[in-house]
Amino acid sequence: MLQRMTPSDAQNSLDRVIDIKGVSLTFETNDGPVHALAGINLDITQGEFVSLIGPSGCGKTTLLRVIADLERPTTGTITVNGVSPREALLNRSYGYVFQAAALYPWRTIAKNVALPLEIMGLDRAEREARVKRNLELVDLGDFAQKFPWQLSGGMQQRASIARALAVEPGMLLMDEPFGALDEIVRDHLNEQLLKLCDKTNKTVVFVTHSIPEAVFLSTKIVVMSARPGQIHDIIESELPRDRTLDVRETPEFLDIAHRVRQGLREGHSYDA
Amino acid sequence: MTLTLRSVLAVAALVGALGGFIVPIEIGGADTDRVMIWPHGALLVFAGLAVLTAMAAISDRLRGPLLLAALFLVAHFGAYALISSLGDEAGKRGPGFWSLVVAAWALAWLVADRVAAIESRDRLKQRLLAIAIPALFGMWILILWEIIVRGFDIPAVLLPPPSAIGARIATSVPTLWADFQQTILKAVLIGYILGCGAGLVVAILIDRSSFLQRGLLPIGNLVSALPIVGVAPIMVMWFGFDWPSKAAVVIIMTFFPMLVNTMAGLASASAMQRDLMKTYAASYWQTLFKLRLPEALPFIFNALKINSTLALIGAIVAEFFGTPIVGMGFRISTEVGRMNIDMVWAEIAMAAVAGSLFYGAIALTERVFTFWHPSIRGS
Repeated sequence: MLQRMTPSDAQNSLDRVIDIKGVSLTFETNDGPVHALAGINLDITQGEFVSLIGPSGCGKTTLLRVIADLERPTTGTITVNGVSPREALLNRSYGYVFQAAALYPWRTIAKNVALPLEIMGLDRAEREARVKRNLELVDLGDFAQKFPWQLSGGMQQRASIARALAVEPGMLLMDEPFGALDEIVRDHLNEQLLKLCDKTNKTVVFVTHSIPEAVFLSTKIVVMSARPGQIHDIIESELPRDRTLDVRETPEFLDIAHRVRQGLREGHSYDA
Repeated sequence: MTLTLRSVLAVAALVGALGGFIVPIEIGGADTDRVMIWPHGALLVFAGLAVLTAMAAISDRLRGPLLLAALFLVAHFGAYALISSLGDEAGKRGPGFWSLVVAAWALAWLVADRVAAIESRDRLKQRLLAIAIPALFGMWILILWEIIVRGFDIPAVLLPPPSAIGARIATSVPTLWADFQQTILKAVLIGYILGCGAGLVVAILIDRSSFLQRGLLPIGNLVSALPIVGVAPIMVMWFGFDWPSKAAVVIIMTFFPMLVNTMAGLASASAMQRDLMKTYAASYWQTLFKLRLPEALPFIFNALKINSTLALIGAIVAEFFGTPIVGMGFRISTEVGRMNIDMVWAEIAMAAVAGSLFYGAIALTERVFTFWHPSIRGS
């Protein structure tokens, strides 16, 4: 059921999307260097849903930002789609979803979703088609002409997911996208996200600090520990891909959740 | 009836109106030294009507719109009667006159109080009410100003009555129009557009280059600290007597507020929003036009509003230091010397109206462009 992966048994497979080898990142601050990431090895293959979970300050968001080329590693190599993160960014190979929806209040929902498409220089017809398609994908077809502040928090975050999808990337990078939402809305969006990923076969890297969320969504769970940020455990989940929220009651689910919790506790122990 | 503002005002109106019957209205007319009790029939009528409406208000016999209409009509008839009794030939106003003034004023206050209490869900009615209350208030300032200045025979050099200012405006339209063109349409408007435009462009340049940030910002700061009375004569030497020197003063005054506000605005986009643009591989200019400038709009409009009043002050004051024989500042400085205070007031009135319209136009434009901002969308 569960198999342990060590960083050393990385195989050279063709559908490897993200390949991280020995990545460390140190921030120089006034209080001295902060080791945000230390010796990270991780590969992610096409179609995987990978969760990064860990206590705050463990570098999970930093790792995601390194993949997105929002931060540069101090040492180590990283390739995304076989090229550097910078080139992957310029190829628009990922869509990034932030903790908050970060929609522009002066644009309607449709215009917000069209924003990256405008920057890419797509023509109007193509933009409109993609906006319509992706808003329908997140069930916001009827809200295209509303302004962000007229929508609930959950709807805003759905719109921001539609905005990330409109770029039509092979990969979604999501940084605690549902962290600010209440449990019920979060459950609902988790289910929708899973369906969406099945439909589109996207690779997803998902940062969270919720164990049930990580276990429910992921095919692979990366447990991280803090100071310095490093990978403590990598858990492959073999729950069926088409899960519903009921899966959370099964022994298999609880098994994985238990292992994640244990990993978090071990990683945290010296700090408690 | 409990002691409310309304009851106090109604009683004041009643007492004031009754006072008009009892104590003398006028002391010593033009052709007689006798005490004149009723030099004007209209005042008698007003006193009677005021007693009736004040009683109606106190006794609650009349209510709602009917009472409001009665109060409004009687108060303004009173204003008319009081002002028209202030003929040139009239003698000294007696306590009865001032008693009637108090009655009219109390009735007008009652009107304002009742209008302010009206609640309506209708958009158009709300708009009208929003205009009606300040309009009523402003009109009564003018009415009382007129009555007090003329009633106490205050010299026109100290304070002319509004009617004299109005008459001066009516007879001096060509002069006022020429001054308006010279000061507002040329110096203010051109200086404002150039000063604000330059502030905006330099803010973007400074934002782009750290060299400029260290070099230009302190100089801009220095320029803004220059006193206008020192700068204006120098600008006259540089750019001549006509409007360009005044526009230059306006540019100096408006440049820095725009620069500082735009820079603050450009820095106001959140880190997350910038990262978002980075993940789209957006260029500097795309980020500027699609994110940072829209985000800066509330700041830019703040500067535009501040500058609208600064520009007017700058242009008028600058005209004190050398100007052709036209312009609002020139007119004010020369007419003060000639003791034509009503003309000075006419210019002040024009400056006030022009400044308010200018400000209002910018505030309206702001509502259109920053409808999305929490301060405007109201949530």
